[in-house]
Amino acid sequence: MATVETRDVRKQFGDVWAVDGVDLATKEGEFLVLLGPSGCGKTTLLRMLAGLERPTSGEILIGGQVVNDLPPRARKIAMVFQSYALYPHLTVYKNIAFPLKAQGVARAEIPGKVQWAASLFGIERLLDRKPRQLSGGERQRVALARAVIREPAVFLLDEPLSNLDAKLRTSAREELQQFQRRIATTTIYVTHDQVEAMGLGDRIAVMQGGKVRQIGSPTEVYDEPADTFVAGFLGSPPMNLVDGPDVLVGFRPEHFLPRAVQREDGELLTLPLEVQRQEYLGADRLVYGTPAARFRDAKVIARLPSTVTTPVVVGQTQDFAVPVRDLKFFDRQTGRRTTPRAL
Amino acid sequence: MTNRGGRGSLLDRPEWLGPLMIGPAVLYIVLLIGVPFVLALYYSVSDISMGSRTLGFVGLRNFISVAGTTKFQTSLVNTFVFAITAQVLVMVLGTILALALLRDFRGKWFVRLLILLPWVAPISLGTIGWLWILDSTYSVLNWTLQAMGFLGPGDRFMWLGVPYLAMGSIVTVHVWRILPLATVILLAGLTSIPQDIHDAAQMDGASFLRHLFQITLPLIRPIMLVAGLFGLVLAFTDMIVIFVLTRGGPYDTTQVLASLAFFTGVQAGDVAEGAAVAVFLFPLLVAVAILLLRVARRSEVV
Repeated sequence: MATVETRDVRKQFGDVWAVDGVDLATKEGEFLVLLGPSGCGKTTLLRMLAGLERPTSGEILIGGQVVNDLPPRARKIAMVFQSYALYPHLTVYKNIAFPLKAQGVARAEIPGKVQWAASLFGIERLLDRKPRQLSGGERQRVALARAVIREPAVFLLDEPLSNLDAKLRTSAREELQQFQRRIATTTIYVTHDQVEAMGLGDRIAVMQGGKVRQIGSPTEVYDEPADTFVAGFLGSPPMNLVDGPDVLVGFRPEHFLPRAVQREDGELLTLPLEVQRQEYLGADRLVYGTPAARFRDAKVIARLPSTVTTPVVVGQTQDFAVPVRDLKFFDRQTGRRTTPRAL
Repeated sequence: MTNRGGRGSLLDRPEWLGPLMIGPAVLYIVLLIGVPFVLALYYSVSDISMGSRTLGFVGLRNFISVAGTTKFQTSLVNTFVFAITAQVLVMVLGTILALALLRDFRGKWFVRLLILLPWVAPISLGTIGWLWILDSTYSVLNWTLQAMGFLGPGDRFMWLGVPYLAMGSIVTVHVWRILPLATVILLAGLTSIPQDIHDAAQMDGASFLRHLFQITLPLIRPIMLVAGLFGLVLAFTDMIVIFVLTRGGPYDTTQVLASLAFFTGVQAGDVAEGAAVAVFLFPLLVAVAILLLRVARRSEVV
C-alpha cells in the first residue's frame, strides 16, 4: 500500500512539453483517474510514474520515497497496457507467472500464486491457452492477473477498456471497480472517456496541454468546473458557453429547459430560443437553437429528458429558462472560474 | 461483358493480362536458371567433356567415381565446416548488431552505413581488398600486429597459406559479406515487436538476459530461421570468396563443393564430373529450401 505524489513534474519531447508542471498526490487506496483528450500528456505522466520515461525535471514519490532514479522493477508498481502487452509466445499461465520468475520467487510458490491470481478474475480454465486464442475481454483479465500477482503497492492502468466493445466495457468497468475496492490498492487510471472517468474515479484529474486543469471528485469537476476547458470537456453535449457583459456564462444543457417545466422555487434566467434543430435520442431530446434576445450570436443546446413532453417546434421561438444558481461564470481572458454576478 | 474491341479490351481481360505480366519473370527463370539446372542434372549422368562431340548416358558412374576421391571427401567436409561455422557466426553477430542498432545513439546513421557497406560494394572488389589485407608479404594485418607488439618484427602470419588460418580467413570474409543482410532481416524482425511488450517485460522486472532470451529472441525466432536458412543455402553454394582468396588451397584445405565443381568442370574440362559435384548437395539444399518456405509461411511474429 502506498501513495503516489508528483512535484512539478515536466517532460520535454523535442520542442514540446508533453507534461508541463504537474503536482498530484493520491490518497491511500484511492482510485484516481487522469482524464483528457489525446495528446494531453496523461499517458506520458503515467509512463513517468511507471519508470518507463524519465522526467525532464521534477520529483516522483511513491510511498514517500523519491523514485526518480529507480528502475520500474524497484518501484513496486504494476501496469496494465492499452494493448494488454501479453507475451504472444507464452501461455496464459506463463504470462501470469513471468513477473514472479523475473523477481526470483521460489519455484514452489509460483503455481499457487498463479491459481490465486487466475481465480480472482475467473480465468482458471484459460491457463493453457495462448493469448491469440483469447477474446478481448479474456486478454484484459489475463493482463490484470499478471499485474496483480506481484501484489504491487500501486496499479497503473492505461486505457485498459478501450479495446473492448461497448457492452463488455460496461461490465468490465463494474468488475474493475469491485476488484479495486476489494484489494484497496492505490490505482491510477488513464482514459479519454469521461463516462469511464466519472463512473470509476474517486477523484478525477482533468488534463490538457500537459497541465492538470482541475482535480476533484466526479461531482466537483462536473458541477463546479474550474475553467472553460473542463466545462467543455465534461458532459455530453458539453456546457453551453455564451458571451455575457464582461464574462463568459456557462450552463449545462440539462438545466436549460422549456420555461413552462422549470420549477418556480428559484430565480430563473429566461431566454427566448429560436429552435433550429431537434434530435430525438430515446431517453433525451436535444434542442439546438440561438437565443433571440440576449446572447444573440451564441449557439446553445438544451437537453430535455423524455419525461418532459412539452412540444418543441423547429423554426419557432419558444421560451427556455435556466435557474440562476446553475449559471457558472468564467473570466473571458483566462477562462478560469470567477465570481457570479448579476446579468 | 460488352465487347468493346481493340487492344484495350485484351488488356482488360485478366486471363490475358495476368500471364502477360508474369511472363517476363517466368521466361527469365526458365532460361537462366531452369535450363542450366536441367542441363547440369543431365550432364551429371553423361560422359560429356570439353572437346568431345559425343554425349552418352552413363548412369551414376560420375557420382561413384568422384565420391571415391579424397579431393571430393575433403571438399565435402570443408563445405559443411565452412557453411555451418560461417552461418552460426553470422546469426550471433547479426543478432547483436541488430539489437545495438535498435537503440538510439549519436552517429547511428554512420554505423548503419558502415555495416551496410559490404553488401552494396561488389563482392569481388571487396574480396580483392581482403586479398591485400591478408597478403603474405604486404599484409596490413601483420604490420598492425607487429606495430602493436603482438608479433615480433620478423614474424608474420601466412593468412591464406596455412590450412587452419586459410579456413579462418575465408570464414571471416564470408561472415563480413553476409552480415549486413542478416542484420537488416533481424532488425526488421525486432522492430515488428510492439514497444508495449518490451515495456511490460521491464515492468515485470525482467533482467536484461531474461528479457533477451525469454521475450525478444523467441518473438523473432521465425525471422531468425528465415535469415539463418537463407544464409546457409548461400554459404553452401557460393564460391566467390574462396575463388578470389585461396582457389581452394593450400592443399585443398579450403576447397568446397561449389569451387571444386568449377575447377573440375570448367577449368579442368571434365564437365560431367563437375556437374556431378555441383548437383551432389542438391537434395540437401532442397530440404533446406522446403523448410525455409514452410517457416516463411508461418512466420507471423505476433
